[in-house]
Amino acid sequence: MTSLETRAIVTGRPPRGRRRPRPYTPQRRRSWLLTIVLWACVAYFLLPLWWLTVASTKDTSALFSSFGLWFAPEFSFFDNLADLFTTRGGLFSRWMLNTVFYAGVSAIGATLLAAMAGYAFAKYRFPGSSALFSITLGAIMIPLTALALPTYLLFSRAGLTDTPWSIIIPSLVSPFGVYLMRVYAADAIPDSLIEAARMDGAGEFRIFWQVGLRLMGPGLVTVFLFSLVGTWNNYFLPLIMLNSSELYPITVGLAQLQAAASAGGGSQAVFSTVITGSFVSILPLVIAFLFLQRYWQSGLGTGGVKG
Amino acid sequence: MSTTQTRAGATRRPSTATRRQHRAAYLFVLPFFVVFVAMLVVPLVYSGYLSLFERRLIGGESFVGLANYLRAFGDPNFWGGLGRVATFLVVQVPIMLGLALFFALALDSGRARGSRSARLLIFMPYAVPAVIATLMWGYLYGPDFGPLAQIARAVGLGTPDFLSPQSILGSMMNIVTWEFVGYNMIIMYAALRAIPAELYEAAEIDGAGQFRTAWSIKIPAIRPAIILTVIFSVIGSFQLFNEPSLLNAVAPDAISNSFTPNYYAYNLAFINQELNYASAIAFLLGLVIAVVSYVVQLGEQRRERRERKGMA
Repeated sequence: MTSLETRAIVTGRPPRGRRRPRPYTPQRRRSWLLTIVLWACVAYFLLPLWWLTVASTKDTSALFSSFGLWFAPEFSFFDNLADLFTTRGGLFSRWMLNTVFYAGVSAIGATLLAAMAGYAFAKYRFPGSSALFSITLGAIMIPLTALALPTYLLFSRAGLTDTPWSIIIPSLVSPFGVYLMRVYAADAIPDSLIEAARMDGAGEFRIFWQVGLRLMGPGLVTVFLFSLVGTWNNYFLPLIMLNSSELYPITVGLAQLQAAASAGGGSQAVFSTVITGSFVSILPLVIAFLFLQRYWQSGLGTGGVKG
Repeated sequence: MSTTQTRAGATRRPSTATRRQHRAAYLFVLPFFVVFVAMLVVPLVYSGYLSLFERRLIGGESFVGLANYLRAFGDPNFWGGLGRVATFLVVQVPIMLGLALFFALALDSGRARGSRSARLLIFMPYAVPAVIATLMWGYLYGPDFGPLAQIARAVGLGTPDFLSPQSILGSMMNIVTWEFVGYNMIIMYAALRAIPAELYEAAEIDGAGQFRTAWSIKIPAIRPAIILTVIFSVIGSFQLFNEPSLLNAVAPDAISNSFTPNYYAYNLAFINQELNYASAIAFLLGLVIAVVSYVVQLGEQRRERRERKGMA
């Protein structure tokens, strides 16, 4: 019952009526021209994905001999899949698991840190809060790749390179996440609710945990998804931090397979394996975004308003 | 007497409560700032520190002051890379953000069929890692079994070379545009949905057309969101690394090891083992990014102030 109510609050209503539903206007005409232009552009965005889907059903010789945007007579998707999971002793599944682990742990950690800090910035007036928040905002400008090199050197002194920590710890910092959570918390959590909880004698941490976090739902999902994508898609950091191929995430692993295939490494890696691997590895995120779209879109909305 | 006592008690009680709240607030922000300092501030300072030294085979590390920076100023490879990302910024970012704005407005107007699906499909590339995007486009560009070349040959246009030194930057712009139009579109679209409808319904009743409403009401209303996307794009363009480093495997002749400043810093550090010089390059790059993003924001603030003055 309670969880149902919370869900209704979190998803049913945007923060404090900022956005009001628009009246439906049936006289608004559909434009054929706009529809055609829009869908022509959609075709462009789908082209590589369509190619990837088609190409993952071909063996290497069919890749070279048949037209790229249509299927070859033979359907070798399952053979490719079998190859993919047996190449180099099944290293591919290891890479997938690594990616899920790195991205999952970093995203949960980053979201929690950002939620706590954003909540504090939104709901408490404390000495130094505006200075700290400005520093956080300024840090959005710092190019993370410019930091990767010194971070690598520091980690190698601490003996942390070539461990999962070298990927997870740097990914925990999300200044933009703090910013988003602050904007979101300011809108979604009424001060009166916090006051009422204090009157009832709840401690500050309990209020955050039981009132704050629940009301920040869509904001949390947004920050979580975007940190997840950030770590999932990261290539530079794992590339410099990791040496052992058992620790690679999927991005570095595939890039290495691809380089081997282009260099004509022959038996070790073939194009069809790389392509099928790419196809398999983008499925989880695409599905996650499709299913969670309601959350991340409303969460981003808040960030954009005050941007 | 008794009244002063209660008053004193009344002021003291909130002050202990406030102090407790302050303590809670600090504890809430503490974990973030611990990681923030460790992963952002310390590396930044360390990078600055390293850039002031030089490592020689004999004699080890020695302090050289700004010598690495002077070397960077005279290094055509650094300037070449910086020029390339600046070109990238000037050409690709307006195209990408223009497209994103067009899609956001088109979807928001509700005049096209299948808007919902179109929105999701345009956003989809964002969920594809840059590594895989580059890999896919690398195959699509390929002169042998790339479908683009196959089509061009079938039509009789010959084999286009997307991976030549002349066209590689354009091919790269296309990849980045493909990846990020959807992301920027979603930020703008979300901001558009937040505009109260009455703001432009009045204009529509007055007979303002779609384009006029978009230009004089919707776009000004989502300016903050647009500026946000501009700043993110500036940062992204200067940091280009994935695309050049992966296209290098497909087109080694077209991509030098200093194609972008970031790629240059990486090659300096990990191939040439020139860590100190690489730190200087990374530090300079960060400085350039900070300055450019600051200028964008400053311009925006000045414009806002001018507008407010104009209204008054």
